[in-house]
Amino acid sequence: MRAGRPARAGQYLALLAYLVFLAFPFLWLISTAFKSPRELGDLHPTWIPQDPGLDNFRQAFEEQPLLEAAGNSLIAALSAALIAVVVATPMAFVMARHRSRLTTAATGWVVVSQAFPFVLVIIPLFLILKNLHLINSLPGLIMVYVVWSLPFALWMLVGYVRAVPRELEEAAAVDGAGRLRTLVSVTAPLLMPGLIATALFAFITAWNEFFFALVLLKSPEKQTLPVILTHFIGAEGAADLGPLAAAAFLATLPSLVIFAIIQKRITGGMLAGAVKS
Amino acid sequence: MRAPRTLVAAVATALLLTGCAAAERGPDKDGVVHLRFQSLAWQKESVDINKQLVKEWNAAHPKVQIDYVQGSWDNVHDQLLTSFEGGEAPDIIHDASDDLADFSYGGHLADLTQLLPARLRADIPQQSWDTTTFDKKVYGVPFLQEPRVLMANEKLLKASGVRIPTPEQPWTWDEFRQITKRLTTDMGKGRYGVAWPLKEPVSATLNLGLSAGGQLFHQGDDGKTTIRFTDGDEVVPGTVHDQVNTDASASAATLGMGGSDTLPGFFGGKYAMVPLGFSYRQQIAQQAPEGFPWKVLPAPAGKAGLTQGVSPQTLSVAEDSPFKKEAVEFIDFFLEPDNMTRLAKGDWMLPTGREALKDPSLRTSKDGWATGTALAGHLRSAPAQAVRGYQEWKDKVATPAYQEYYSGAIDEAALRQRLEKDGNLVLARYQR
Repeated sequence: MRAGRPARAGQYLALLAYLVFLAFPFLWLISTAFKSPRELGDLHPTWIPQDPGLDNFRQAFEEQPLLEAAGNSLIAALSAALIAVVVATPMAFVMARHRSRLTTAATGWVVVSQAFPFVLVIIPLFLILKNLHLINSLPGLIMVYVVWSLPFALWMLVGYVRAVPRELEEAAAVDGAGRLRTLVSVTAPLLMPGLIATALFAFITAWNEFFFALVLLKSPEKQTLPVILTHFIGAEGAADLGPLAAAAFLATLPSLVIFAIIQKRITGGMLAGAVKS
Repeated sequence: MRAPRTLVAAVATALLLTGCAAAERGPDKDGVVHLRFQSLAWQKESVDINKQLVKEWNAAHPKVQIDYVQGSWDNVHDQLLTSFEGGEAPDIIHDASDDLADFSYGGHLADLTQLLPARLRADIPQQSWDTTTFDKKVYGVPFLQEPRVLMANEKLLKASGVRIPTPEQPWTWDEFRQITKRLTTDMGKGRYGVAWPLKEPVSATLNLGLSAGGQLFHQGDDGKTTIRFTDGDEVVPGTVHDQVNTDASASAATLGMGGSDTLPGFFGGKYAMVPLGFSYRQQIAQQAPEGFPWKVLPAPAGKAGLTQGVSPQTLSVAEDSPFKKEAVEFIDFFLEPDNMTRLAKGDWMLPTGREALKDPSLRTSKDGWATGTALAGHLRSAPAQAVRGYQEWKDKVATPAYQEYYSGAIDEAALRQRLEKDGNLVLARYQR
């Protein structure tokens, strides 16, 4: 049954309204980043800056090591995403294909582990990393990010593995492939959209994470972008709004670029397993 | 062979986790001591001055080198707590005095009583030391502070013909209420005599409440603290409540805002006055339209005069630091009068030191410096900062209670009951 013209127009309007709603903070951030301090204090702010300039960007770069911080964030987030996917994939395979009390309990644990607040785990984690001499080091932070994103990555991947027909793996086994070979040559390619979606999740989680990075990294040259961004914020919420907006805008770009590049694959990943064949 | 291999791995991991404690810190192979100084300075001028002072110290003290570490006000308490618990705290710690009580009672901060040089001790007045003194021990050096003042649109005040207050002749709270009524009438519809940014209502209310004799927290002979909402405690919240709900001379919309959020309305002539911290002058100077006629006025006075509570910025030394003496020597240098003046100007705040306060650049009328300097002698320790359980009381009891009272959702009797009854239950848990 096809929707009538008014109904379709209504749908488009609703979609447009939703897009505007979603895009509003980002567009406002861009607008703010290009405004002068005086314009930021205007009672009637405008969408388009009246006297746009790059002063906020210049100030942000002058005051804080944004490029170094972006580099650190990129290393931490990419490494965490890669390791999380590599570690989670075989685990997900086992949990999806071999159902037992243990895998059921493991799934339950995955759900529970997502409920722990950061402040509850940070002190024991800090002590462990200290004893491993991994405080103030990106490898230590990456390790935390992997551990932190692993449960959810695992949970996501289990669903994707289950969507891959078991018969394909059985056929591979008949042809003489071992389990590892089956996983690498048969299951993994079919899982690709799911792997990308999971990696993106782990990347964005690590890219945006603030508290662990704040606590674990001491040296300015090792700090990540979210930590550097707070240096534009003072006591009681006072903020250097222009440079903060400029830096925050720059901080969103890598996520946007990566998302734009792989969005088609993600869409595939999201839909994989939605319908049983 | 699987079981032994697993066992070996488990034992190795356990050894790794438990046996690799950090070595005791000491001078490096060249005999140079390295101290970490975590600063929370965040505005460019302030960061520059902090770094410059560290550079000057390092140049003059080759055997004691300071490593500057940029901290952040955001989550500083949790970040420090983790560092303390993990034995990785910076040697010299920048924080605010209202954050020190838990750390000092927890044994994380060094008692500086015997370490402080006489010069520094004498330069900072006792009321400032009171903000960092717990159990008669000093856990931090207070060095920057800011009173709450009224940022006023001078043009609107003059047009209305109201008396302009000075530190010598401030408004009373009653007079302030009448003036905001008059201003609102003169300014016309949709405009207000005052905008109270009370997103965080508790410290503003308690600190200003000292002027009217409010105290709220009372220590008994048994050493235990209880909450009593007296007539003095009622003056400030009552004034705000009546301005919003009875007179309509204060904007109800700004009650949920932070200080910066009210500035566009202030610049646009929507509000004649905004009570803000002294350091907000920097944002006004930067953002106000060219020629905007702003003026700094003292907050209204009550029966205790211009007294108000503050939580100064502080410098402390970690108890775990093996170089406490060197750390205090650096603090002494860092807070020499000229340096304290530079730090105060960088942060647009007031120095605590008597000598620094004498600097002519802090006594100029430009940007309201003179008004702030005149208030320095009236600043006292914030009423609740040494009370254990204050944070929980503030978050769970006082913040929602004051917010509801200011918005008119509850009356004064309900406010009193919530603050006292619910509040004392919270405090009791911390004082068993």
